[in-house]
Amino acid sequence: MTKDDKEDSKLVVPGEEIVSGLDYLVGAGTYRKGDKIYAKVIGLAKTSGRVVFVIPLNGIYMPKRGDYVIGEISYVSFSNWKVEINSPYDATLPISEIEEFVEKSADLSKYFKVGDLIFAGVVSVTEGKIVQLTMKDSKARKLYGGKVVNITPTKVPRLIGKAGTMINMIKDKTKCIISVGQNGRVWMKGEKENLATDAIALIDKFSHVNGLTDKVSEFLEKGDKNEKA
Amino acid sequence: MTKQTKQYLKTFLDKQRLDRRRADEQRPLEIETGLIERAEGSAKVKLGNTEVLVGVKLDVGTPFPDSPDEGVIIVNAELSPIADPEFESGPPRENAIELARVVDRGIRESKSIELGKLCIDSGEKVWMVFMDIYILNNEGNLVDAAGIATIAALLNARLPKLDKDGNIDRDAEPDGKLPVVQKPIPVTVGKINSTLLADPTEKEEEVIETKLTVTTLENGNVCAMQKSGSGTITASDLEYAFELSRKTGKEIRKKLN
Amino acid sequence: MKKPDDMKLIVKGKRLDGRKLDEIRPVKIEAGVLGRAIGSAYVEVGGTKVIAGVHGPRGVYPKYLEKQGRAILRVKYSMAPFSVNDRKRPGPDRRSVELSKMIKHALEPVIFFDEFPQLSIDLFVEVIQADAGTRAASIVAASVALADAGIPMRALVSSCAAGKIEGKIVLDLDGPEDNYGQADLPVAVIDGTEEISLLQLDGELNEKELKEAVQLAVSGCRVIHDKQKEALRRRYQ
Repeated sequence: MTKDDKEDSKLVVPGEEIVSGLDYLVGAGTYRKGDKIYAKVIGLAKTSGRVVFVIPLNGIYMPKRGDYVIGEISYVSFSNWKVEINSPYDATLPISEIEEFVEKSADLSKYFKVGDLIFAGVVSVTEGKIVQLTMKDSKARKLYGGKVVNITPTKVPRLIGKAGTMINMIKDKTKCIISVGQNGRVWMKGEKENLATDAIALIDKFSHVNGLTDKVSEFLEKGDKNEKA
Repeated sequence: MTKQTKQYLKTFLDKQRLDRRRADEQRPLEIETGLIERAEGSAKVKLGNTEVLVGVKLDVGTPFPDSPDEGVIIVNAELSPIADPEFESGPPRENAIELARVVDRGIRESKSIELGKLCIDSGEKVWMVFMDIYILNNEGNLVDAAGIATIAALLNARLPKLDKDGNIDRDAEPDGKLPVVQKPIPVTVGKINSTLLADPTEKEEEVIETKLTVTTLENGNVCAMQKSGSGTITASDLEYAFELSRKTGKEIRKKLN
Repeated sequence: MKKPDDMKLIVKGKRLDGRKLDEIRPVKIEAGVLGRAIGSAYVEVGGTKVIAGVHGPRGVYPKYLEKQGRAILRVKYSMAPFSVNDRKRPGPDRRSVELSKMIKHALEPVIFFDEFPQLSIDLFVEVIQADAGTRAASIVAASVALADAGIPMRALVSSCAAGKIEGKIVLDLDGPEDNYGQADLPVAVIDGTEEISLLQLDGELNEKELKEAVQLAVSGCRVIHDKQKEALRRRYQ
């Protein structure tokens, strides 16, 4: 990817031609017919080198290996926990994937109980979409207190920004610690949680617009001033 | 059918059919009429091994407000569990409803029954023609079999006698035939890859994604069409199906009295 | 329905509402109109008004309906009791069941089902005012709603009906034309292709009329496709 995300992106709808030529490669959100590549989803079409792809403007969360997600424990089983990850596909956290040593026939709710929030890594996703999580990761942890808000899962990269610029700006201006899950869930805890919530909503609404970073910066400044007054 | 069998069939069905028929060939057709004495008209059709029974019942009822002098036609289809282990008992679901409506369309849009001659008392009493389609054995192409059986049953149907009070006297001799003036015949093709197969069998239907039914009349006109299934057709598919329907319709009409 | 003898549907090449024989009624399309549905669209074609909403892809209940390795599409078409002249009793009737199936079949060929194993894409279409052409308007709305929801499709599907009134082949029948006309031929086309995903006929046509009607309906679909695209773009302006 080159400069600011918005520079070379075009809004496309399903069936719309993006490029023509066998040199190009089919990336996410696109398909090839003959020598042309077409959009599969409504979104922003971009090229990165020879790869043509479309960033969807809407959609559910489809779990991927390597993602970090914010999940809620939904069921305590005998040898694992079922975790709801804002997806039609449920995830499992096996006892082998938590840091603590679990004794035989221990009551697993001692470690995680129904309703607990976790920030976990996605270790594997089978073809049939069976999802396995891990807490054995430096980034993974249980989340205490705070507030969770949602954003369209496909807009998470926009929320994070290039090298974290967008999310760091929000953290800074709102004095919150913020964890962003690829599954479209954002956890925050700090001084101006409401301001952070509104900034995230702004990004969700205007992710396709040029100059979003400036817009959000302006918004946060205004919000900051209001609080100070 | 296993997934593997389906895959296998998908690749060679357009080159050779399981029963060795040509792509445009129909299965043998047998028509038997008048076998249900209690019904005012009836017919049983065997198209290959697909077996469909249609009974026509006539009753007196009230006309629709916007056609006070016309009889009423109602077509219903039952996919009885005896016909196929996949058929479930209970009220008709989408396949049964679609079947009935496609057959109904052929009869209604061609004005096959002279509804104007079914008025008993203008605005008050008219003849209601109930056509009930019963699938007895599903070995494919229920629409065509049902459509043929329905028209055969109608051609066989007689109007019950009305007594002096205007009530039906089912014990008396019938009062003439049901006025049927057209013989719409539905002809269905199934599409596999780009080939169209006439009169698909049940096994072929498991592999076929798209069906096109074209109902034609003696004068060569079309009076109903239905594309069904999750695939697509082209204008040239339609042309082929239309010609086939005219040709096949002609042959089938010879077997109707 | 029988046409009153003194009623003329075509006068000097124009129809009762002033349209030419090959003219579609005014079309209005808006994407993203329902807050709780992941994708939605509102469509007006003349006096016909429909709203389509999409939920999912989501889990399937009852579970035995789910397919391994791919998603399914479920469609429910219904007409509001106040959508027609004589109030329609609420609840599914046979026509609605058939139309739900036809709409489903019209959209299935474009969806990339493999991307959502074991899930269901649930599409609901509500006709809030009916003035003929409800199934075409429903398919138009459904395509936009699915795209709005982020469902991957190879193209949009558009739909339009041709018909025969007073011996002439016309495009997009309105209520009176459908009631008093001689034939109604709804068609759906996959944009950018010659593939027809919906084709039905009510009424009698000869070979020449059939060809003409299909061609006319397909051309109507192309016009509507442009409006669908426009509506989706406008959503993100």
